[in-house]
Amino acid sequence: MIPDLPAAARRYLELIGRADEEGAVGLVVSLLDEGVPAEDVLLRVIATSQRRVGELWESDEWPVAREHGATKVSERAVAAVGAHVRPAPSRGRVVVACADGEYHALPAHIVTEVLRLRGWHADFLGASVPGPQLITYLHREGPDVVALGCTLATRLPRAHALIAACQAVGVPVLAGGAGFGADGRYARLLGADAWAPTADAAADRLASGLPSFPSAREGAARVGGEEYVYLTRHRAELVSRVAATLKEAHTPEGGHDDDLGYIADYLIAAMYVHDASLFTDYVTWTCGVLLARKVPAEFVVLALSVFRDVLNDCPRAQALLSEGVAAAQMCSAARQQRRAFDAGHAPFSG
Amino acid sequence: MKWATGSADPCHRAVSPGLMAALLEHSREGVVVCDADGVVTLANPAAVRLAPRLEPGLPLPAPLDSVLSAPEARVVTHDGRQIQVRAEELGEGRIAWYLTAETSRRTEFLLEAARRLAASLNPHRCARAAAELGTRFLCDAAVVFLPPASGRRIEWIRVVPGRSGPDEGAVPAAAAAEVPGLTDALAGLREDVAGRQDPGGTPDWLLPEGFGPVGHLLVLPLPGNSVSAGALVLARRAGRPSFDEDDQGMAYDLATRAGAAISAACLFRDQSTVNGILTGDLLPPDLPEIEGMRLAGRLRASQQAGAIGGDFYDVYLPESGPVERPPLVILGDVCGKGARAAVLAGQVRHSLRTLLLMESRPERLLELLNRSLLASPSPHSYVTLILAALRTAPGGHVQVDLAVAGHPPPLVLRRDGTVEEVAVRGSLLGALQKISLWPATVDLAPGETCLLYSDGITEAFGGPSGREMFGEERLRRALASCAVMPVDALVERLEQLSTDWLRGGQQDDRALLAVRAGRGASR
Ligand code: B12
Repeated sequence: MIPDLPAAARRYLELIGRADEEGAVGLVVSLLDEGVPAEDVLLRVIATSQRRVGELWESDEWPVAREHGATKVSERAVAAVGAHVRPAPSRGRVVVACADGEYHALPAHIVTEVLRLRGWHADFLGASVPGPQLITYLHREGPDVVALGCTLATRLPRAHALIAACQAVGVPVLAGGAGFGADGRYARLLGADAWAPTADAAADRLASGLPSFPSAREGAARVGGEEYVYLTRHRAELVSRVAATLKEAHTPEGGHDDDLGYIADYLIAAMYVHDASLFTDYVTWTCGVLLARKVPAEFVVLALSVFRDVLNDCPRAQALLSEGVAAAQMCSAARQQRRAFDAGHAPFSG
Repeated sequence: MKWATGSADPCHRAVSPGLMAALLEHSREGVVVCDADGVVTLANPAAVRLAPRLEPGLPLPAPLDSVLSAPEARVVTHDGRQIQVRAEELGEGRIAWYLTAETSRRTEFLLEAARRLAASLNPHRCARAAAELGTRFLCDAAVVFLPPASGRRIEWIRVVPGRSGPDEGAVPAAAAAEVPGLTDALAGLREDVAGRQDPGGTPDWLLPEGFGPVGHLLVLPLPGNSVSAGALVLARRAGRPSFDEDDQGMAYDLATRAGAAISAACLFRDQSTVNGILTGDLLPPDLPEIEGMRLAGRLRASQQAGAIGGDFYDVYLPESGPVERPPLVILGDVCGKGARAAVLAGQVRHSLRTLLLMESRPERLLELLNRSLLASPSPHSYVTLILAALRTAPGGHVQVDLAVAGHPPPLVLRRDGTVEEVAVRGSLLGALQKISLWPATVDLAPGETCLLYSDGITEAFGGPSGREMFGEERLRRALASCAVMPVDALVERLEQLSTDWLRGGQQDDRALLAVRAGRGASR
């Protein structure tokens, strides 16, 4: 009988939610023993559950500590799959690394295991790999490809520097992870030699063959710009000023200073890749996260407006912030509509 | 084509003969027209520049006349110059030839060789690049032999277009000797400047099955840093033209450049191997499994390429011997950064290992270490250190006997999420003849954690303003938020919060080591 994978994923989520390492690893191993392909265990049980963990954190159902515990257990489970099924390498060498500052190691770890299952000799360098360390590794070990993971779009400038550095020493780069955009647009913009949306697609892409040497590119990618440089340099002052202004304005129920920092980071990343949707998507997402924590979207509207006022010498940033304000206002309006709807339709609610 | 008017027969209205002549005059592309008899009726200046023997009224010179009309251009050599030629039938037997200068193969080769061979410091990648350049510009199969690293076997990398990737292997010197001229080439000797060898002598193993008979063979030494950097073998199938003078010149260039690249790469490889051996002991150890508790540690060196620095931790499991003692963990910080600090840190770890053969009392160990540091010939051998002996106690408890020398005292995370600083103090090592110590013992109930850290964590400057210190208070709060996490998640989270705080700014070495009582999950 073929095990029911969605049911297994639910059971798995329950176990990692309790940080039950033995239970979760036991489940994973028994699925393998029952004949579930290791790739399915990695991608349809573990990865699926991890994305669900994200949703539970977003909606404030799981505190951050529970999310961390669950992820740690998943790391063990991924390692257990690798220890259980590991075909001898029959293809070339790949090194998998996360961009500098990128701490989402698990997605890249899963990619590493999938590549190993497909016969690649894959090494995983872990989270947040500093450029000099990666390049030293490339010289020493001479892999055929670097698979570079980036989950947070805010790490794109650093990912770009790494892509260029790998290519400069003659190793092509396969980019992947949510940070490069759902359609991989930032991977292309930043000059990666290839991009893959998922771990299995990454294996297919490698199998179809990458050039042995990055192709010569004409001219530099059009990224960054004067305002980007200015914002990167003055990020700290900017965030402090916005925080101070918000404090003076007696913001109702404010978010954290951290939230202001993230807003600045996504603004900077959007400026880097010249794409407003990177910023507005984040604004919409963060409004949802804050709402779940009883911080109204008006806080985001206000915070973005203060950013815009402070940045009066940066027309491009201001335009982005205006789009952000509009996105946050939409969230706020949607919320009010829903409230009105709930009020009208739930006569018995307390 | 676009015309200014929508006329059905635009040519006659838009382009007068005068204009047509001017257009041809200034075109960068050479244009030649012949009549049905193959006599040139028109050749614009660009065409004459490219092919000086073109003369209106005379037949089209060879080898242009050999180009038949086709959509693809062909490259021909005319007076030693490479020209791209495309022919087009114009009707009534007339034919037009369009000529452009072919960027010389040699120029292209030099550019490509520079780009590819300068990139890597890895001998295999360089060898592969050289073989790929060979097949792209010169031959049907290229094999690079690398100088034997460890004595006996000689590694080779072979590229044959149409195969999925390069093939690699290694042969004993005796087999290498079967390839004509290879032994000499590997020794840096050349019989023939061009490196021509008898293709009949090629052994079967040199080329993939189905390659077919070899018609032409070049075997060249790769000149290195006064010693050989290997050899390059280039083969063309039987029936292909032989390597002409141009080809031989390019092969020579390729070998020279590849030799320089490979020898630099070998130098780097040798140095980094030595470096790896020397620094191997300086890296943090893998943390062992210890019954009744769990350990997790993280170390980040400020020097990112070397991954070593002045912060260190280590674990000393009990050994059979005269001294009976529980497992011991240490975490410390040597004054300074980088390799120099790492060497001293390594000495401290090693000294402790030796001292532990005779002594187990933490205070005594620190006193002995202090004396050995004072006796050290290098100045400023200051070290801060925590020693923690880990004793299991009934009920899944762990008793931690702490001695601290000039180091921030550890923090304890209790089951209810409160964080305490352990009241334990002591003086820095390596500065004063006499040190004072106030040791302490902490009891950890199952699930409770004792965290050792270095000041690189608390003294990290960054944060929203970029100028704020992370501080102990923030570390305590961060630790408190980790109450229910597995201990390795806890350490990872603290490291990530610290890295986020730094925001890529200037950093010190940072070390974290946590001991959690009890096994497995915390809840
Ligand atoms: C676990 C987790 C963490 C852990 C990661 C620990 C670890 N060891 O990995 C920790 C706690 C460190 C963390 C921290 C943060 N996180 Co987080 N995190 C997650 C979470 C819940 C799961 C990640 C995961 O494992 N996914 C499973 C993988 C397998 O799925 P995947 O990403 O879709 O991967 C597939 C493809 O993208 C592709 N792929 C992925 N990587 C690569 C690499 C290569 C080379 C290739 C070819 C392909 C490829 O293949 C994979 C499989 O098919 C996600 C939620 C989510 N939806 O992913 C949030 C999430 C990514 N985190 C988020 C955020 C904001 C953060 C923080 C900034 C702060 C915060 N508020 O939590 C910090 C920043 C840390 C930092 N500096 O990097 C947001 C990003 C929001 C956004 N719009 O950008 C998410 C979406 C939030 C959420 N829903 O919970 N996080």
